[in-house]
Amino acid sequence: MTTAATPATTPVTGLRVALFATCFNDAMFPGTPKAVVRLLRRLGVQVEFPHEQTCCGQPFTNTGYAREAAPAVKVFARTFGGYDAIVAPSGSCVGSVRHQHADVARHVGDAGLEREVTALAPRVHELSEFLVDVLGVTDVGAYFPHRVTYHPTCHSLRMLRVADKPLQLLRAVRGIDLVDLPDADQCCGFGGTFAVKNADTSVAMGGDKARHVRSTGAEVLVAGDNSCLTHVGGLLTRGRSGVRTMHLAQILASTEEDPA
Amino acid sequence: MRTPSGSPTAARHVGVTADFLGMPSFPDAAREALGDTVQRRNLAHATGVIRGKRAKVVGELENWEELRLAAEAIKNRTLFQLDEHLVAFEAAATAAGVTVHWARDAEEANRIVVGLVRETGAEEVVKIKSMATQEIELNEALEAAGIDAWETDLAELIVQLGDDWPSHILVPAIHRNRSEVREIFLRRMGDVGRPAPEGLTDEPRQLAEAARLHLREKFLRAKVAVSGANFAVAETGSLVVVESEGNGRMCLTLPETLISVVGIEKIVPTWSDLEVMLQVLPRSSTGERENPYTSVWTGTTEGDGPQDLHVVLLDNGRTSVLADEVGRAALRCIRCSACLNVCPVYERAGGHAYGSVYPGPIGAVLTPQLRGTTSEVDKSLPFASSLCGACYDVCPVRIDIPSMLVHLRTRVVDEKRGGVPSAEQAAMKTASWVMGSHKRLANAERGAGVVGRALRRRGTTTLGSIPLPGLGAWTGARDAPVPPEESFRQWWERTDGGRSDDVDGTVDGTEGKR
Repeated sequence: MTTAATPATTPVTGLRVALFATCFNDAMFPGTPKAVVRLLRRLGVQVEFPHEQTCCGQPFTNTGYAREAAPAVKVFARTFGGYDAIVAPSGSCVGSVRHQHADVARHVGDAGLEREVTALAPRVHELSEFLVDVLGVTDVGAYFPHRVTYHPTCHSLRMLRVADKPLQLLRAVRGIDLVDLPDADQCCGFGGTFAVKNADTSVAMGGDKARHVRSTGAEVLVAGDNSCLTHVGGLLTRGRSGVRTMHLAQILASTEEDPA
Repeated sequence: MRTPSGSPTAARHVGVTADFLGMPSFPDAAREALGDTVQRRNLAHATGVIRGKRAKVVGELENWEELRLAAEAIKNRTLFQLDEHLVAFEAAATAAGVTVHWARDAEEANRIVVGLVRETGAEEVVKIKSMATQEIELNEALEAAGIDAWETDLAELIVQLGDDWPSHILVPAIHRNRSEVREIFLRRMGDVGRPAPEGLTDEPRQLAEAARLHLREKFLRAKVAVSGANFAVAETGSLVVVESEGNGRMCLTLPETLISVVGIEKIVPTWSDLEVMLQVLPRSSTGERENPYTSVWTGTTEGDGPQDLHVVLLDNGRTSVLADEVGRAALRCIRCSACLNVCPVYERAGGHAYGSVYPGPIGAVLTPQLRGTTSEVDKSLPFASSLCGACYDVCPVRIDIPSMLVHLRTRVVDEKRGGVPSAEQAAMKTASWVMGSHKRLANAERGAGVVGRALRRRGTTTLGSIPLPGLGAWTGARDAPVPPEESFRQWWERTDGGRSDDVDGTVDGTEGKR
């Protein structure tokens, strides 16, 4: 559904929407959840930030520490259980909620928690899913006059199957020069603790991703996950490439009056 | 580990056997392999080509997803009643004139095969490519019993003559380039049979012809052949071999005795199940609609082909994999290698880094289940992945490899519990405690904010090195971000969700950046 409407007239009545900032963004990249807030308000969504939130538990779950993930999973369920929709600027965190929270609860033998997270999971949305599927918009009234290339992060691509929703949103941005990224669907090599435990292979993969990014001549690499962007971005900066990274939310939040 | 020409390899024991030698952990082996420019080049090219071919022949079919679901269902049906199907297979095969043997592990399987060969009086066997025989290290067992085992698949021949071990399930010599193959043929063919022709060039057609001539005398001489099987049909007692070169055909028809070593998970219940399996296998493996030679045989036929047929049903850990509700999905594998060809980790690290005859994504989940998680390499295999999920997307029997990797990582971690906590365990415990309460997380963020402020005051906006244990692995090649002066939750609290301040805030210094 494409709606080239003036953002202020896109109503979302009756839905209690919460922002899950994610621990990574909360601690390291606050600009991203800030952009989500700005963007959603522009679209008429009064998003709340329940301060009890912590983390989806993915760093523990994916490293084999299911037991250690349980406290985070519990906090997540308690924090967000009462909301109609939870939006998070992270494909991997939403993927972990929808595909791993029930397993973690089962692993620690908490049937009640398993029921809670199973009921909650379908209400948790990655940003592009929320915009396109829940709000029904692809033109969010953004303005960003730069050459940009998009990297589809693996969890959003293969776990969430967001397909081309992020691209639909980006294409509608005024002034943008969006160029295709070669071999876009190849993993960037971040992979959570993989980036440290298998640093050499991670860097080999990221190096190829960075090479493809540079080949586009783009000024900005955009993606829906800051974790991947930190990895590829770290290689791009180390290589003094002159390419910067931004989160999808920041580009979509950018306007002429309030540019990113 | 690729060996320099001529020197014996200690990297011989990579099967699933009792005397498995510990290989280096995956990260260590991968680091070395990443520097192998020949292999990097070969793999990037070969896997890229096969990916394209697979995508094309899969894209032709409107019902590809249906086929995958059917293949998954057939294999699941088999596994849920594996005992019944195996017994049915034995009955049907026996009625057709086959002698069926049951081998609980590699040692027993080798003993059976060596015994059968000895009974014939033969001192050599010809082999069709068989992962199962590599898994049990049959060639080594035959060698120890004074019996030569000649690989006849071209790539396996290259690996055998090169005193090497396979690095890919389908194309085992992918780590070699053509000049290396030429050198191996010239140096070694004469030791074991017809020498390579003088003046042999590295042109692929010439190399293939040299292999044909070298192998022909073995095909014509051999009294005994050893094969595996892609499928074993319980209903009829038939075996199926799917191949590209025709060496299988030679081995299946010329000798008097044929011994087939078949993993118990290769059973399919009925003949009509092959309709699905034979559509998904060639498209997934070589990226062809149909492979050149598909051979099916059901027992003996009077006056035609081997009259002395044996099947050795191999367990070697499969039953304990079957007992694991999550891990058992790995037994659906039909050894197509589609997962290897799309794996970005495999593409760069190559097969040897996995320290097993089964490399790549399927190897990372099958090897630790078959071999256990005691050795360093086996503990490291579930972590040899970025969990990108490309493998799951292409698996014709829909094995959810990423979830299985996480499942096995949990097993490795849980097995390490108890005893003195490692640095990682301690860090995870602390972080878990922090993430269990927003107050603790907020406190931790305040600490990071202090560091961030101090660094930014110095003008540092990215970090070139982090002098903390473990994190040097990050900054060895990548810059790292500096923590912001203010976390998101601090900003939200301070500005009442941005309502009482300009929404960007200026204190955190992240204006325009992430």
